[in-house]
Amino acid sequence: MGKIEAMKKTYHVNEKGYYGNFGGAYIPEMLYPNVEELRKHYLQIMYEDSFQKEFKQLLKDYVGRPSPLFHAERLSQKYHTKIYLKREDLNHTGAHKVNNTIGQILMAKRLGKTRIIAETGAGQHGVATATVCALMGMKCIVYMGEIDISRQAPNVARMKMLGAEVRAAKSGSKTLKDATNEAIRDWISNPLDTHYIIGSVVGPHPYPDMVARFQAVISEEIEWQLQEKEGRSYPDHVIACVGGGSNAAGAFYQYLDDERVNLIAVEAAGKGIHSGESAATSVLGEDGIIHGSRTLLMQTKDGQITEPYSISAGLDYPGVGPMHAHLYESKRAEFISITDDEAMTAGLELSQLEGIIPAIETSHALAVFEQRKFKPEEIVVLNLSGRGDKDLDTYIKYFNL
Amino acid sequence: MNRINQKLQEDKKLLSIYFTAGFPKLHDTVSIIENLEKNGVDMIEIGLPFSDPLADGPTIQASSTQALKNGMTSKLLFEQLANIRQSVSIPLIIMGYLNPMMQYGIEAFCAKCKEVGVDGLIIPDMPVDVYHEQYQKTFEKYGLINIFLITPQTSEERIRFIDSISNGFIYMVSSAGTTGAKNSFSDSQATYFERIGAMNLKNPQIVGFGISNKDTFTQATQKAKGAIIGSAFIKHLSEHGATSVKEFVDGILK
Ligand SMILES: Cc1ncc(COP(=O)(O)O)c(C=O)c1O
Repeated sequence: MGKIEAMKKTYHVNEKGYYGNFGGAYIPEMLYPNVEELRKHYLQIMYEDSFQKEFKQLLKDYVGRPSPLFHAERLSQKYHTKIYLKREDLNHTGAHKVNNTIGQILMAKRLGKTRIIAETGAGQHGVATATVCALMGMKCIVYMGEIDISRQAPNVARMKMLGAEVRAAKSGSKTLKDATNEAIRDWISNPLDTHYIIGSVVGPHPYPDMVARFQAVISEEIEWQLQEKEGRSYPDHVIACVGGGSNAAGAFYQYLDDERVNLIAVEAAGKGIHSGESAATSVLGEDGIIHGSRTLLMQTKDGQITEPYSISAGLDYPGVGPMHAHLYESKRAEFISITDDEAMTAGLELSQLEGIIPAIETSHALAVFEQRKFKPEEIVVLNLSGRGDKDLDTYIKYFNL
Repeated sequence: MNRINQKLQEDKKLLSIYFTAGFPKLHDTVSIIENLEKNGVDMIEIGLPFSDPLADGPTIQASSTQALKNGMTSKLLFEQLANIRQSVSIPLIIMGYLNPMMQYGIEAFCAKCKEVGVDGLIIPDMPVDVYHEQYQKTFEKYGLINIFLITPQTSEERIRFIDSISNGFIYMVSSAGTTGAKNSFSDSQATYFERIGAMNLKNPQIVGFGISNKDTFTQATQKAKGAIIGSAFIKHLSEHGATSVKEFVDGILK
């Protein structure tokens, strides 16, 4: 590698676990041995031939990959551009989350762990974790905020049916951030036999990087699928919604350092960015520490973490992964916020134009087409992160169906 | 000499008490500190409440939530402590998480500690290397002692490194777990206490997490220089109020 190339700007993590100023591992000493063990071994383990073979096999035969790249003609016509949908909604369990849980369960096995813990908000990551634990015969405990348990009853039932134990997080605001705290506390108390399968590109290094690498399969497939369909491996724009940021990280991954590709990250504005009920972390967040990572997070002036709001349970996380904080600050990615109403309308529109009912998280990404114009000759890939089955209740109530 | 170092030279086992600032009532802070000193406690850890205290068990979580509801902030804590050195002379340590300190400004926070007479800081989620590379100079500029944690899982090599960059005491976490009171220690904990005792570290060790009464205090301090009680004291305060400090301390020391 020449000197100039070696010094080329990169948006990937550096050796110390940082993306620009963000990232790192701000963890209590009690967690250090666990996180350090993972940090030392994750790359070596995940790039072993036997690991890659098993990972790819499961993604193919169990998850159903590759997920199709679908040219959405009616949607394209309406917005006068060329839109492809990356169909993560067709994965087993209904979202991209399973790419990561398959990877991490294989990691846990190779680290000799026998007990799995996870946090979940809406229950999607909890279900994806319970699923792979059933597949591998591992003990699974999912922490979920007490409030979310009552809001997301079907997913709680799915996790139980899959053999997982769902434990209520009763501290703080009793939602996702508190479930994450409880999972971390569990790990502190069970340092030897337990692996923590975190659900997004958040948490202490190496989690954001490890999860991004597992999700990178999304953009790896987009590359060859586009090559087949368009004769070029890159689009002009990639659009993805951002809660913690894992589906976006996966869709962006291969293009992070390819400046021909414009990256569009879509956050939930809730009832409006400045309504006090929002989850638009890039706009409302400040540099700080959440769940072991230095990143942008929503907080009071005094540094207390605040509770976000979005109609979509998968987007109301008060922080954002450190990769995305850096993409925002460096202006590498364009950040757009979408309100509840805009998202719901876009979800209904996709259902009726293309016959696909999207998860409400994904509906936020779809609403970008009303906000921002693309050129007719441009190729836009939108990551359809999940299907809407889990959200039917919310759609029914919202539209009086 | 820093008050912490002075105290560590005394020929006795030290009792350190943790409490959450702003709990049970917002303005109990000063009276709790004064009563702890009056009743023979050697050192005090003032908990700066945080919304997401990762290293804490249910008792301290609840006291932190209550303190925040009561209106506690970093700024208010420093206001409450403004005249504390007129009435109290034992070492005072602030224990809190990094995020609220970052928002205050690390340098401004350290400067304020020095101004009101706080002697040291315990920040469980501040990584050793981040302290070493970014903050050590600032802490030293304001004469503050930073206290690191070690646990039964901390490697010997890392303990030696932590010892080399510490200049007060080492906070020895008694077992894998978050803060919370226990009634007795196990054999493996006794082995751990002995193992660390035998390392002949340059910094004395003070044991914390799980100490709740006279028995656990005595056990913990067989090898170590002292012990810290937190959750048990918080529980006592929630049941008996801030005027009941003497009763609790007498139960340990008498
Ligand atoms: C379908 C779907 N999309 C997106 C998200 C947001 O998570 P992330 O930003 O990590 O992709 C979730 C989270 O639950 C989800 O279920």
